[in-house]
This record gives sequence, structure tokens and C-alpha cells, in this order.
Amino acid sequence: MPEILQYGFMQRAFAAGIAIGIIAPVIGVFLVLRRLSLIADSLAHVALAGVAVGLLAGTYPLAGALVLTLLGAIGIERLRVSGRLFGEAALAIFLSGGLAVAVVVIGLAGGFTVDLFSYLFGAITAVRPGDLWLIIGLGCVVVATVAALYKELFAITFDEESARVQGIPVDTLNLVLTGLVAVTVVVAMRVVGALLTGALLVIPAATAMRLSKSFRGTVAIALACSLTAVVAGITSSFYLNIAAGGAIVLCAILLFSGTVLVRSRS
Amino acid sequence: METSLSLPKASTAAEREAVADLHRVGFSYGGDPVLHEISLLIRRGDFLGIIGPNGSGKTTLLRILVGLLQPSFGQVRLFGADIRDFTEWQRIGYVPQKAVAFESRFPATVFEVVVSGRSGRAGLLRRFTDVDRDAAERALDTVGMAAFRDRRIGRLSAGQQQRVFIARALASGPELLLLDEPTVGVDPDAQEQFYSLLRRLNKELGTTLVLVSHDIGVVAQEVTQLACLNRTLVFHGSPEEAMRSGALAQLYREQSWVVAHHH
Repeated sequence: MPEILQYGFMQRAFAAGIAIGIIAPVIGVFLVLRRLSLIADSLAHVALAGVAVGLLAGTYPLAGALVLTLLGAIGIERLRVSGRLFGEAALAIFLSGGLAVAVVVIGLAGGFTVDLFSYLFGAITAVRPGDLWLIIGLGCVVVATVAALYKELFAITFDEESARVQGIPVDTLNLVLTGLVAVTVVVAMRVVGALLTGALLVIPAATAMRLSKSFRGTVAIALACSLTAVVAGITSSFYLNIAAGGAIVLCAILLFSGTVLVRSRS
Repeated sequence: METSLSLPKASTAAEREAVADLHRVGFSYGGDPVLHEISLLIRRGDFLGIIGPNGSGKTTLLRILVGLLQPSFGQVRLFGADIRDFTEWQRIGYVPQKAVAFESRFPATVFEVVVSGRSGRAGLLRRFTDVDRDAAERALDTVGMAAFRDRRIGRLSAGQQQRVFIARALASGPELLLLDEPTVGVDPDAQEQFYSLLRRLNKELGTTLVLVSHDIGVVAQEVTQLACLNRTLVFHGSPEEAMRSGALAQLYREQSWVVAHHH
């Protein structure tokens, strides 16, 4: 066994990284194609507020994050559907609102702690066995839901009105998708941190869209890019002693840049 | 396609089943009346053209017919059922305006788009089966786009994309097909192909067609029923009657040469 896999914390890091590496790009493809890329960032900031509340209350931080992020997801979707605000304005309000709550609660708790910092920038090597089971469990929920609703989610993503005319419950499924984004964000936050969560959803999807002509192919390539970035990022963080979250996102950007170069040459 | 069968041609109008029935339908948008007291009966086998100037409410009327908008007044029935209780949406095919339909960089093949027209029919939480895929292949055949099944949708010409969207609507085997301004941005050759496709669907497959268009001259030549709309229903009947009654000329006084030009 290579040295990197001999440590329990690295085994957990890879397991958690691979779990998020599977669900983030799948959800990301739907978000990018629906022009909702920013929703992940907004919810990540709401999740941060949830973590802060959880730490202040002395409960399990990810539980607080999950509850608050799901509520935030429902709120965003409601605002978006009501049409009273442009989609992006709703997202911006939740993004800054989440951060504002987080900052206030942090102040009440007496300032930044190491723990909170790890949720901001990710701390994949600090994933505890309990975290890992939660991450894998939530990951299975996301994968199973997308697999079960794949054809409906495609129909809605491609043409929401025609999907409605087919009798597909569009509003309900939009809410489900937003809920899945919330879950994915909470899981990703542990790995790459709240500030880099959006990148993990969006960059592999954007890379794949440049390479594939089919939707199924786009999902497959996004998965491959994401897993490559996660494994390369965690490995390099171990040997080069750099931050894993940043390394993963940089690897994803490197892959994206590669496709830009290749495509512009051909 | 599985379910659409034409009744014998000899059947008179009164015998043919009502596919869609609007009764005194009105629609207001933010207090402004867009449609007023529209009563319209569409029977099986009809090829109805809905024409009217910009802002006449024709797209609104179509969106009401497919359930995308709820009428402010009046009642809509589809296949005998109140539209609010209607659930058999696979009997309805809808071809939206191309411009709003999609984004050209969307990564999806022609086949993926067409088979997505089976989503509602296949049912929630079910995967597509061979029956769904066969129906999609047949729909592609019907519109003459089978050779393009693995192409990226955004790479096709406007006329080809349009036929793909018709195939998507046909994939669920609809008895009633509604099309919103389908020839906008489509070149004349493709338009001719498009209308011959509609004729075939209507005459050979017995599909009831509703076509919203601003292209009065062409539409008046193709359809069996004409509805002239200008917030109210100005005229409903055969194109010949519309010509005789002067309804067309009245509606499009300044554009009436278009009609004259084609006849």
C-alpha cells in the first residue's frame, strides 16, 4: 500500500473526496445548463451560517448546516418562482444574507475558531468517521434521486415549458433539485470549504460541456474530470503539503484550461 | 401514433369528437384584457390556423390550450375533461416558438431531445424502455430526421431543429398537436417541407392540428379551419368563408395584399 493510503485520515479524505467528486458534477451539469450556477455559492454561504449556529449552540455543525441550507434552498426557489425578483437578485440576497448571519453569530461566539475556519476553506484531512458516514449517506441520496428522476430533470433542463405541457410536475422537481443542491453543498463544504464549493459543482460541468455533444456524455465527462481533480488534488496536497480544497479546485481549473487550449488549436 | 387513428373521411363535422372546447374564455394580464369571450370548438381531424396581428392574443390562446396559462374567465375542456382535471397530457403535443425553446450550446443529441418527449408518458420514476426509444425513432422517421439522430441539436439549421421539436412532440403519440409560430426564422424551402409534413400528419395520421401564425397567406392555403383573433374571435370558419366574408381583409386591412397575392 502506498504511504499516502496508510493513514486513516487519508483514507477518509479519499473516501469523502470521491463521494463529493461523484455528486457535485452531476448536480453541477443541471445547474450550469439552467443558468443557476450561482445557486451553489449562495447556499454555501447559508450553510456557513448553519455551521456557525451549530458551533455556537454546541450541536453537530453539519446538522445545523443541513437544516438551514435546505430552508435556504426552499426560500430561493420560492422567490425565483414567484417572479418578484430576478433569479440572480434572489441568489445575491441569500449569499450575502448567509454570510451576514455567519459573521454575526461568529462575533457572538467570540470570534473565529479553528473549527469554523475549516468549514470556510475545507479540511478534508480532518474528516471524522462520523462525518464520513454522513457524507456517504447524503451522497447516496443525491445519486439515487438523480438516477430516478434523470429523464424528467433532462426534459425540464432542456425546455421547462414543454416539460410542463407533458404533465411533468415541474415545480415540485425544481424544488427537489434545489434541495439536492443544498445537500451537495453541505457535503462539499467539509471537503473544499464553503468558499470553493461552487467551483466543484460548476467547473467540471463547464469542462464537459466543451467536449461532449450528448447530455449523457456531458455527465460522464464531468464525473471523470471531477474525480480526476479530487484524486490529483488530495494526492498533491499530501506530498506537497498544500491545502487540499484549493489543490482540488486548481486541478479542476487545469483540466478546464486544457480543453480550452485543445479546442482552440483544433 | 399508437393511439391516433383518423375517423372515416365521410363523417360530418357534427359527428366528429370535440378535441378541445373553449367556452367564453377570457384572459387578463395585470388588469389588461388580452382575450375576451373566446368560444371555439376544435374537432378531431381539424387543421386549425389561428391568425391575428401582433398583440392579438394568439400565443396567449395557445398557452391556455396547453395548460401553461390559466384563463381568467370561462372554461376549457380537452377531450371532454375540464382542463383543470385533465391528466392525459400524452394526447397533447406542443411545439413552442423556436426562439424560446433552447440554447444552442446545450449539449444534447437529436435523439436525446426527441425521446425526452416521452418523459410524461413513460411516467415518473420509470426509465425509458425500448417502447419509448422505438417511438422516438419512428417520430424521427416521420419528420425525416432519422439520419441526424446522433448530431448535437445546436449544430442543426433552424428548419432541421424545428423538425426535431415536432418529432419530440410526436414521440408521445399525440392526437392533438399545437404549434406556436413554427416557421419564424425558417427558410422558404424548409417551410414548404414543414407544411407538407403537417399535411401528412393531418391527412394520413389523422392528427388534429392547431397552428398559430402571423403568416396569413400561407396559413389560409393550408388549413381547413381558420380562427381570426384580435383579442376577440373575429371569425371562425373555413378559409374560403373567411375570404368571402371579408374577415381577413378587415382584420389585416393594411396587409390584405398578402392574401390576394396567394390566391
